[in-house]
Amino acid sequence: MTVIEQTAPIPEPRQKSRAWRKMRANRGSMAGLFIIAFFAVLAVAAPLLPIPDPVATSWSALRKAPSAAHWLGTDDLGRDIMSRMIWGARASLMAGVISVAIAVAIGVPFGLLSGYFGGWIDQAIQRITEALLAMPFLITAIALAAFLGPSLMNAMIAIGLSAMPIFVRLTRGQVLAVKTEDYVEGARSIGLGHFDIMARYILPNVFAPIIVQATLTVATAIIAEASLSFLGLGQQAPAPSWGSMLNVAKNFLSQAPWMAMWPGLAIFLVVIGFNLLGDGLRDALDPREA
Amino acid sequence: MSDAPILSVKNLTTSFLVDGRWKSVVRGVSFDVRQGETVAIVGESGSGKSVTSLSIMRLLAPMSSRIEGEIILNGRDLTKLTDKQMREIRGNEASMIFQEPMTSLNPIFTIGRQISEVLTRHKGMSKTDARAETVRLLEKVRIPNASSRFDEYPHQFSGGMRQRVMIAMALASKPKLLIADEPTTALDVTIQGQILDLIKILQEEEGMSVLFITHDMGVVAEIADRTIVMFRGEQVETGPTEDIFNRGQHPYTRALLSAVPKLGSMQNHKWPTRFPIVDMKTGTAEEPIEISGTVVAEKAPVLKVKNLVTRFPIHSGLLSRQTGAVHAVEDISFDLFQGETLSLVGESGCGKSTTGRSIMRLVQPTSGEILLDGHDVLKLQPAELRSMRKSVQMIFQDPFSSLNPRMSVGTAISEPFIKHKLGTAKQAKEKTADLLEKVGLSADMASRYPHEFSGGQRQRIAIARALALDPKVIVADESVSALDVSIKAQVCNLLLDLQQSLNLAFLFISHDMAVVERVSHRVAVMYLGEIVEIGPRAAVFENPQHPYTKKLMSAVPVPDPARRGIRRGITNDELRSPVRKLDYRPPVRQYRQVSEGHLVQVA
Repeated sequence: MTVIEQTAPIPEPRQKSRAWRKMRANRGSMAGLFIIAFFAVLAVAAPLLPIPDPVATSWSALRKAPSAAHWLGTDDLGRDIMSRMIWGARASLMAGVISVAIAVAIGVPFGLLSGYFGGWIDQAIQRITEALLAMPFLITAIALAAFLGPSLMNAMIAIGLSAMPIFVRLTRGQVLAVKTEDYVEGARSIGLGHFDIMARYILPNVFAPIIVQATLTVATAIIAEASLSFLGLGQQAPAPSWGSMLNVAKNFLSQAPWMAMWPGLAIFLVVIGFNLLGDGLRDALDPREA
Repeated sequence: MSDAPILSVKNLTTSFLVDGRWKSVVRGVSFDVRQGETVAIVGESGSGKSVTSLSIMRLLAPMSSRIEGEIILNGRDLTKLTDKQMREIRGNEASMIFQEPMTSLNPIFTIGRQISEVLTRHKGMSKTDARAETVRLLEKVRIPNASSRFDEYPHQFSGGMRQRVMIAMALASKPKLLIADEPTTALDVTIQGQILDLIKILQEEEGMSVLFITHDMGVVAEIADRTIVMFRGEQVETGPTEDIFNRGQHPYTRALLSAVPKLGSMQNHKWPTRFPIVDMKTGTAEEPIEISGTVVAEKAPVLKVKNLVTRFPIHSGLLSRQTGAVHAVEDISFDLFQGETLSLVGESGCGKSTTGRSIMRLVQPTSGEILLDGHDVLKLQPAELRSMRKSVQMIFQDPFSSLNPRMSVGTAISEPFIKHKLGTAKQAKEKTADLLEKVGLSADMASRYPHEFSGGQRQRIAIARALALDPKVIVADESVSALDVSIKAQVCNLLLDLQQSLNLAFLFISHDMAVVERVSHRVAVMYLGEIVEIGPRAAVFENPQHPYTKKLMSAVPVPDPARRGIRRGITNDELRSPVRKLDYRPPVRQYRQVSEGHLVQVA
């Protein structure tokens, strides 16, 4: 038989840049990257920008609407909202990113072990995970943060640990599905060890839903940090974070809606940004997506 | 058979919307199906045969597909009907049965309810009438104890029985036309034979027309009055089945037929024989070459299996105590010599795959002895086990799931070489290039990912990877079963060539008797975890002794229309289950020697 099997055209062999080129081609993920980069640059450059002191109060400018002097208005203590937004970006972005990184860094390996080995390892990890999941996310975070002591870093650890069980569960479920694929058995039959199989065969194939979950959890973490700082367990007052600003603003919704609007909009944008970036990352890392 | 066509398809062109552009996948197909006639559409994957049938039933997504031409069923043009009118046609004037009987029934309703629903809906029957009619239909498709099975759920039926239920459902409204889309492909060969016989008999009883979609030339030869050959969306040849098989005009038809392995075609060959290569343009075939003298029988066997037993415990109840076991492999012994192909054949659940996986120690055998190239496989510690893997490698069935989608082909092939520290990175690269060439691909394909390759190419990549460690034994678990016939022939030829050049021993696990006959030196027939017959290929195929071997052989559809009418007799016995109670003691089996090396189980 000479039915010639059709082959796709040969792509350029530049392996490393493949993911990045695909990211660049995806408009959504570039928009996400731009949004996040915008806030990240503001956060990093905060000390260099010609903006008022974010904690300086002014009794003559209580709850002023946006104006030339205060572009985004002032809050209930007369502090400049734009300045607080920019400084607050540090706490909020860090709270979002670092706590999710903690959750992923702990949750994914445990989920991987649990799903891959099964048996008593799985049983033990799953019982603990279920116990953690049984407690409401925020309550766990508050309890942990109170136990660790009030500071932004401790708040991030507390949020990360509270968000972790979801990643254990998600990873385990994905691993169970991927584990039965022939290529995993093939990896065993060429004599690879457990570590190689997990790292090279299973992890890359379970990452897509984890990335999506992580980007969604960033939003939850930013809000959670707000709740913690409201209780005095997160960012310490008067230092700003978007969450704490939102928390205060809810008391003045009718008199000074801008107080709630700006931090709300910023959180919204960052969450959208992470979601777009996450989707783009997921596709870019998958060689099957053209 | 009257001359008025029930179904007349004229110039059918079906297109799909792909990335904003219309891409035609079926182009200009025209044919008639007359009353009482069976017409087969045959072709390989991607030929458009299923799309044709779905177009006739208008089952394609309306927003992303476009159907042009005329489809006249009973004088009405289906392309001009509204969706509501079309619903009246489906399951009423024309019914359809699908490939996968395991998923085409709704698991949460009883069988009886699903069939009687057709009757109450299309025929306006009362519930009691519908029930009586359903029982009659179940009896018609030869389901034993039909009235007692009315209230059972799909999971209580085997695959073959479910396909019978699907047929009963399709017949419920007395359709003029039955469209059967690969209805037997997912079934075991003995069950396939039963279903084919059933369709033939029902057609005679009901006088309906059948449009049969299949990739299997054997099935076509057995069932079709006329045949349409499709290739890449086009109808390349249409004619009476006998003409297509004996006097095919189009080179593709002849190429396709020459690639089909025929059971019994090896009677005058001593050794495994390559498939003839047919030129697609001229349709001329080159002579098949026998591959002789590969077996090294004077040395000790490279693989020796003695009294191998593999059982899987079944736990149930509140405390999940062991209540029984699946006796997947029960006391089997065989030798495999260097350069030899031993085939394990049998139907699903017979333990042939578990045997292969036990030898690889991908599953842990219960007892027995496996000597592989000097290793006592069952006594190896994890580290030794990994080095044992250099001697034996496996090729899997599904080329779409046997390669890691996130790993480039080159990395996948060189990985075993690097992990076993057999050389430097540069040597690994050279080896990869060499292996790719060896399996008929080009070395510059190493940087590509599996999804960029077709099924046959992926199977070649899987073979290259298996060869990376220079193994002595390759366990090929249904390695060609998922491939199209032409590709299957190519991959079989590749395996034979590699056996000759590298002196490989193959443990060839397959359910496809015709392929097995072509490639094997020796054959072992498995049934319920045991080897019931083992011997040289010619002895087993030409002088089968065990009743199960005989049954298996007679069930294989032979691609020769002249042999039609040989009925197997309508049976509906099912494959038995190897699940046993905890206190089950397997009997000690006796074997009788029929001739040199040909053993058959007697008790």
